Amino acid sequence: MSFPLLTATAALPALGAIATAAVPAARRTAAKWLALLFSLGTLALAVVALVRFEPGGARYQLTESHAWIAEFGVRYELGVDGIGVSLLALTALLVPFVILAGWHDADPLEDARPNRRWRPTQGFFALILAVEAMVILSFEATDVFLFYILFEAMLIPMYFLIGGFGDRAAPAQFAAKAAGAGDEAAATQRSYAAVKFLLYNLAGGLIMLAAVIGLYVVAGTFSLTEIAEARANGSLSMATNTERLLFLGFFFAFAVKAPLWPLHTWLPNAMGEATAPVAVLITAVVDKVGTFAMLRFCLQLFPEASKWATPAILVLALISIVYGALLAVGQRDMKRLIAYASISHFGFIIMGIFAMTSQGQSGATLYMINHGISTAALMLVAGFLISRRGSRLIADYGGVQKVAPVLAGTFLIGGLATLSLPGLSPFVSEFLVLVGTFSRYPVIGVIATLGIVLAALYVLVLYQRTMTGPVKAEIRTMPDLRVRELVVVAPLIALLLFLGVYPKPLTQIVDPAVEHTLSDVQKTDPKPEVEAAR
Amino acid sequence: MNPVYYLYLASLLFTIGAAGVLIRRNAIVLFMCVELMLNACNLAFVTFARMHGNLDGQIIAFFTMVVAAAEVVVGLAIIVSVFRSRHSASVDDASLMKL
Amino acid sequence: MENLIAPLIAAPLLGAAVLLCGGRRLDRAGHWIGTVLAGASFVIGVLLFADLLGRGAEDRTLHQHLFSWIPVGSFRADIAFQLDQLSMTFVLLITGVGTLIHIYSIGYMEHDERRRRFFGYLNLFLAAMLLLVLADNYLLLYMGWEGVGLASYLLIGFWQHKPSAATAAKKAFLVNRVGDLGLSIAIMLMFTTFGTFAFGPVLGAAGDASEGKLTAIGLMLLLAACGKSAQVPLQSWLGDAMEGPTPVSALIHAATMVTAGVYLITRSGAIFNGAPDAQLVVVVVGAVTLLFGAIVGCAKDDIKKALAGSTMSQIGYMILAAGLGPIGYVFAIMHLVTHGFFKAGLFLGAGSVMHGMNDEVDMRKYGGLRKYMPVTFVTFGLGYLAIIGFPGLSGFFSKDKIIEAAFAKGGTEGWILGGVALLGAAITAFYMTRVMLMTFFGEERWRGRETASPAEPSAEPAAEERGRHAEPHPHESPKSMTIPMVVLAFGSVFAGGLFSFGDSFVRWLEPVTGYAHGHPPISAAAVTTATVVALVIGVAVAWLMYGRVPVPVTAPRGSLLTRAARRDLLQDDFNHVVLVRGGEHLTRSLVYVDHTLVDGVVNGTAASFGGLSGRLRKLQNGYARSYAVTMFGGTAVLIAATLLMRAV
Repeated sequence: MSFPLLTATAALPALGAIATAAVPAARRTAAKWLALLFSLGTLALAVVALVRFEPGGARYQLTESHAWIAEFGVRYELGVDGIGVSLLALTALLVPFVILAGWHDADPLEDARPNRRWRPTQGFFALILAVEAMVILSFEATDVFLFYILFEAMLIPMYFLIGGFGDRAAPAQFAAKAAGAGDEAAATQRSYAAVKFLLYNLAGGLIMLAAVIGLYVVAGTFSLTEIAEARANGSLSMATNTERLLFLGFFFAFAVKAPLWPLHTWLPNAMGEATAPVAVLITAVVDKVGTFAMLRFCLQLFPEASKWATPAILVLALISIVYGALLAVGQRDMKRLIAYASISHFGFIIMGIFAMTSQGQSGATLYMINHGISTAALMLVAGFLISRRGSRLIADYGGVQKVAPVLAGTFLIGGLATLSLPGLSPFVSEFLVLVGTFSRYPVIGVIATLGIVLAALYVLVLYQRTMTGPVKAEIRTMPDLRVRELVVVAPLIALLLFLGVYPKPLTQIVDPAVEHTLSDVQKTDPKPEVEAAR
Repeated sequence: MNPVYYLYLASLLFTIGAAGVLIRRNAIVLFMCVELMLNACNLAFVTFARMHGNLDGQIIAFFTMVVAAAEVVVGLAIIVSVFRSRHSASVDDASLMKL
Repeated sequence: MENLIAPLIAAPLLGAAVLLCGGRRLDRAGHWIGTVLAGASFVIGVLLFADLLGRGAEDRTLHQHLFSWIPVGSFRADIAFQLDQLSMTFVLLITGVGTLIHIYSIGYMEHDERRRRFFGYLNLFLAAMLLLVLADNYLLLYMGWEGVGLASYLLIGFWQHKPSAATAAKKAFLVNRVGDLGLSIAIMLMFTTFGTFAFGPVLGAAGDASEGKLTAIGLMLLLAACGKSAQVPLQSWLGDAMEGPTPVSALIHAATMVTAGVYLITRSGAIFNGAPDAQLVVVVVGAVTLLFGAIVGCAKDDIKKALAGSTMSQIGYMILAAGLGPIGYVFAIMHLVTHGFFKAGLFLGAGSVMHGMNDEVDMRKYGGLRKYMPVTFVTFGLGYLAIIGFPGLSGFFSKDKIIEAAFAKGGTEGWILGGVALLGAAITAFYMTRVMLMTFFGEERWRGRETASPAEPSAEPAAEERGRHAEPHPHESPKSMTIPMVVLAFGSVFAGGLFSFGDSFVRWLEPVTGYAHGHPPISAAAVTTATVVALVIGVAVAWLMYGRVPVPVTAPRGSLLTRAARRDLLQDDFNHVVLVRGGEHLTRSLVYVDHTLVDGVVNGTAASFGGLSGRLRKLQNGYARSYAVTMFGGTAVLIAATLLMRAV
């Protein structure tokens, strides 16, 4: 038996979570380094997986299969296709940056006021690693039941990360109100956000559970590969209504997670209240499980129902794009602004998936990766900014460019990536999604391009209000990026540039998987009107 | 003798016990009524064992008696301690278990 | 030779990367690095030009394929370049004028502590613009297109501690983005129509596509061109863009960036040739902008904004010519090149004037400067003569050809377009003479006056250090600034004649753009005469108004049209009321809707569950006997149900 690489990629962060949690409370720094080390080890394993993955090979590679709950035919089945392996790599890549960016986020506060909440540093990093383990395994699972368990289980550490660790309160000299009262209000807001996150996702998960059971009753197995094969060769047929209901059950859960309008309202709360690294974890990593699962489970298990639901989903995605962008323009809190921008971007991803063209789906997959990197860059820099001033309100900033040019520069690049400037990687994916959608649904494609203009609006307004203009008195002494922060941001920016100019390594891995998915739903790309001579 | 009569007796006893549980306030009496219901069941079990000619019902009756004995020990202990603290054996006075 | 195309772009790109990432260490040498790399790019351009000249007319297209950019299914975008006569012309203009402006900026930006970054941005701009004209497919062109937008955003907002500069930069980027929307839709349309968006296949197969598709593509390309080239209705950013340092105005908003739209339309000539309706719209846009810009230019007292209006108007000429089809493409490009010379020269001259006048921009506070700034006066004067089309100077040749081509369009359209073009020529002569008279002639209105009054903040914040409230002491600018002006003045004088000599420019561009000789309904000589007459009228009226009588220092109230023109013909007011206000209301109400309605439904569900459970918990009354009743009742129901099921 060969080395179980995929299990290892998930087991390593899981082990790391346990090890980090076990570090004694006094040795905080050791716990941080331990967590970073484990996440880097996971990254190394992910790179190995990426290298060992053969783009032209079998659909699912590096497979593992063991009996688990034999009575119900539940198996521990793992395998990755091009989409899974690239998202696996994205997750493994982002977590070290998240850990590094959140290095001081869970430190005990200096002013030891009474009834100050205990902030368990070790717990923070252990929870991040736990999320990583579960997300990675969910990208690898090819057993529906196993996937479901992970899909739900990752809510638990996320809940504690959102509810337990907020932004540090403003330093004493800036706090207008009594700091204690502000802390209490923030804690209330935070627990509201955490509970909302949990309830939304649990509701989605519950409906999915019903659909999972329904699927088992119909198909008699939980194995994705078996069901997909049986569906393809016609040995398993579902009644139209059954298929549609099961599809809706799955899709609902993924649409909550993704999130798709109108199931999106948990995201701004969660991202606004969580610390910036955790917000990155939510939007760049955990939410991707939702869109990934649409591509893998909805389309493969229920091809007919997917096609049936396409028009409605495209319209919802379109609303997400425009609505998210418009709301981002209207935000006064920069983290919420980024959250609404993400909603707009998730609209693009879902639109690309359901456009059912190779450009659309490849674009959607690339979009998941590029959005992860670009949002991480923008959000983490915003987090650095917020940690300096102690406020999330855009109006509290102004003229940062003058005092902290490197911070402003990186913020601008993150913003430009968010508005999909050509030359940065998000452009590649956004354009592919637009072209893919346009070639089948021209009207929807054209309306979606409005998102391009609105993205420029909210990014530039944010930049103008925070970074330019006269320097505000409160930020006159603001320090520029520190070495640790630069180490976080620089690689992300380098990656944005590299993948913007040379995305071929990624498209090579993703393309065959998309071809498989398209053949599952029996769709081919529309032919051009005039076959131009090449 | 027709075993059905035993069943009639059992249901009569059960009904008396149930009515007692619903009507009486004194915890001790309530308790005795519960015992009455249990014994009515035991009677029914034994009767059925006799009717079907196997020992299952009798075995279950034994189990019931053991459980009932254990229940009496715990229940009486609770009642005595409640009576000590509140000087009342009325179940309606002990209505603190509510939201 | 084709391997030299990539280095052409790489040189300024390298400069941008080094200067922007290099940090403070490079502060002292930064401007030299930037200038040398821009110059290197120009040298490579000249080498390539020499190589092209050595080839036969049909063999002058070079290709360089670097690598595959986005290969997904049938969607193939490559990083590949195409150098032909059209892009060569642009390369020389961009790198040539660009290098001159780099040199000029060394002196102009000397006192700015962020000069290194300024040169980094300039280099970035050159790289993006070169990518735009050298790309061999529309998607790569799009990358350059947006890159130019980014560079202009950074440069317009270079003094970003001034809110007005930051706002102007944002506005420029946003308006450009609206145009970009057109380009991206055009590319998508090409992909669905032709299955590709590389120049060769698309333009080659344009004849096979339906006219409807071609019209749609053409209109979308026009939208893109309107954004970048500041044509009506996307013109509003150009005036505000004068918030940037003056060299930026010269480079971006006169010589290169705004010409990108003309390039796009000329490059896509094959598409427009198959879509007469789209061409008509192009022509109309060009004609309207031509007059629009000219009218705005007449009313502005800010020297840079007057020149900005003139730029808009001149680009209008080019777009008009490009919309005429093969009879106009060549002249559009010819006017573009000559305009690049004289407009860059005029802007640099304006910068030089401001440099000597404590960064005052209000022409009403100039006057009589010819004595103090002789070099600036002569070079600016030559640029002035060129732009109004003084016979023999470069503007005369190119503009005259456009007017001729407009008449040659034929029919009523031809007469209208020709008339508009002639009218434009007269107005051009008027407002440029006005600028000239107010700046260099007349009495010295700056004597005893503080410049750059706080009410109208100076464009150049460096003025603060140089003592903004003192009476100005006009002086000539340093050599690094005057030399580029002299070179550009030479171009303004001779370029037109050189291009027209033996129709050299037409023969040079013909293989790429195609050329058809237009036959105006009146003879060419008559058109030329009419142009000269229009010119004389314009100059004479301006002299009567601003030369014969003294210019008041505070602007008179003016007629309704003047007041409207001062406010850019109310374009910003329109945008503000319709787009900004409307948008604000929309987003605000959406935020409300999201909070109350979408979130409200969810919170409402939660609340109703809470209410329901509040009711239900009343059942838990703590009475053991009531629980017993419930249990008995439940058991009874279950037994009854079981019996009933049995019975059925």
